[in-house]
Amino acid sequence: MTMVLRMTGVDAAYRQVPVLRGIDLSVDAGERLALIGPNGAGKSTLLRVAAGLLTPQRGEVELVGRSLAGLDRMAVARRLAVVPQEPSLPFAATVEEIVGLGRLPHEDPFRGARPADRAAIAAAIERVGVGHLLGRDARELSLGERQLVLIALAVAQAAPILVLDEPTVHLDLRHQVSTMELLVDLNERDGTTIVAVLHDLSLAVHFFPRIVLLDGGVVAGDGPPGTVLSPDRIREVFGVDPGFVRVAV
Amino acid sequence: MAVRSQPLAPPRPRVARVGATRRRPVLLAVATGMLLVGALVLGVAMGTVTIDPRDTLGILGHRLLGLDLPVTWTEQAEVIVMDLRLPRVLTTMLVGMALAVAGVTFQGLLRNPLADPYVLGTASGAALGAAIAVLIPVRSAILGFGLLNGLAFLGALAAVLVVYRLARLSGLAPLTGLLLTGYAVGSLLAAGLAMAMYVSGAGLRQIFGYLLGGFSNASWEHLLGAFPLVVVASVLILLRARTLNGLLLGEEAAAHLGIDVRRERRILLGLASLVTAAAVAISGLIGFVGLVVPHVVRLLVGPSARLVLPLSALGGAVLLAYADLAARLLGDIPVGVVTALLGAPFFIIVLRRSRAGYEL
Repeated sequence: MTMVLRMTGVDAAYRQVPVLRGIDLSVDAGERLALIGPNGAGKSTLLRVAAGLLTPQRGEVELVGRSLAGLDRMAVARRLAVVPQEPSLPFAATVEEIVGLGRLPHEDPFRGARPADRAAIAAAIERVGVGHLLGRDARELSLGERQLVLIALAVAQAAPILVLDEPTVHLDLRHQVSTMELLVDLNERDGTTIVAVLHDLSLAVHFFPRIVLLDGGVVAGDGPPGTVLSPDRIREVFGVDPGFVRVAV
Repeated sequence: MAVRSQPLAPPRPRVARVGATRRRPVLLAVATGMLLVGALVLGVAMGTVTIDPRDTLGILGHRLLGLDLPVTWTEQAEVIVMDLRLPRVLTTMLVGMALAVAGVTFQGLLRNPLADPYVLGTASGAALGAAIAVLIPVRSAILGFGLLNGLAFLGALAAVLVVYRLARLSGLAPLTGLLLTGYAVGSLLAAGLAMAMYVSGAGLRQIFGYLLGGFSNASWEHLLGAFPLVVVASVLILLRARTLNGLLLGEEAAAHLGIDVRRERRILLGLASLVTAAAVAISGLIGFVGLVVPHVVRLLVGPSARLVLPLSALGGAVLLAYADLAARLLGDIPVGVVTALLGAPFFIIVLRRSRAGYEL
């Protein structure tokens, strides 16, 4: 198995406030990993470090065999796609224009999208199943449709790693499940490595074979759901009665 | 009798609409191109002394293209066309193009449909810079021109940086924050311009000209000084269309799409300020071109900066050329009055629409 993301001894801070301490994490190609933990545990910070938006104070990050520090933004974007979170659109844009943004890291900076890019956009639209939304103004979509369009954008980016920060927030149960099923499908059929921050433990347990539990900026557990999410661990980390969390483990 | 259920018709793909938007940019470019040529001929032919359009074309063909045509026009007509009207019309086009390109850039960069050089205070900053340059006694014309453009650029850049920083720090909604800080900084700059006029003495007329905006002082000299600045900066902005597209979904999303947001923001704010300053230095303050044109273009061809930038450049040239023609025909009123009559209602409409459905 080839390693697509590796963090060794990563410390990171926001404005001198330490958030992550001594993170060791390695993700193989084709894995499906849920990042869970209480608010403020450092989940989003870990994603920002992996995406190169926050430089760690200490430690090393590798992305698909290259040190992150030596990659420019375009090279990072060709390796790791992040599904945008609750973006606002200042101007009207159609669904295909939004999905097309996923080709920015690939397209010619001067001539714009080439036939290969247009093919990738069409393929992503087909893959995620948003063909029926073509031509619609992206600002008029429902939350569920919007989430699919944003995932299609990240799929068009054609990066080996797909990262999502709370992809199911604001979605109703049906759309939560269909989003999860889409991620599983992208992972199993296309081999895309998926790293998702999730708050809903039952979704994490049901759809992700590997769980990384963050607590207070350190990795408090890493492995299959059954071993990571023991009742004692849930009580300790989340401070709730494990009976409230109906996790089928 | 067995009831057979009708198979569901598959949803019709909306290919027609996609195809239509693909053709539209070309049609729009052709239409604005024709309007631009029309503006050139009309703008040169019409005025207090009307010159026969055939003579106008003859003079232009003879002098610009070197065609060997029979001379049917008077020498006076040739002077009016070549030394007065042609530089004026071309200046309106260059300035319109500059303001529209700056508008597209500021709107994309600040992710705000109401950002334009006028609303942001960039143009006022440039005008104040130019006014200060007028107050500094310089003998050499070349040095004076450099000083004028240099200070206009610094003024524009300072204004946009202050507005940008304050709007971010204000903690207000993006739209409100930008409008309020733009207003505050604009008021301060207007006070600065008033002060410059107060102490100006002999330069009063020129500074007043910046405030009023217009093309009555257009000349080949000014035009040729501003032309390379506007064209080179506009081309450099066009080469960064990818950045403006990436910013459509926000700065964080742009970074994930491979855009070095901090570096690109610096470059684009600088280039847009340069374009604005070059325009203001030869025409003064002219409002709303940078707001109206990019909006109409976006409505027609979508948000891609690769299309919106060049088409807005054309559209800006057309709009300001006709606005100046109208201003001249209405008894040489300031062209800013014409653009404000078009732009102010437009501004209000956009503001109303922006409140509804701003979020994706």
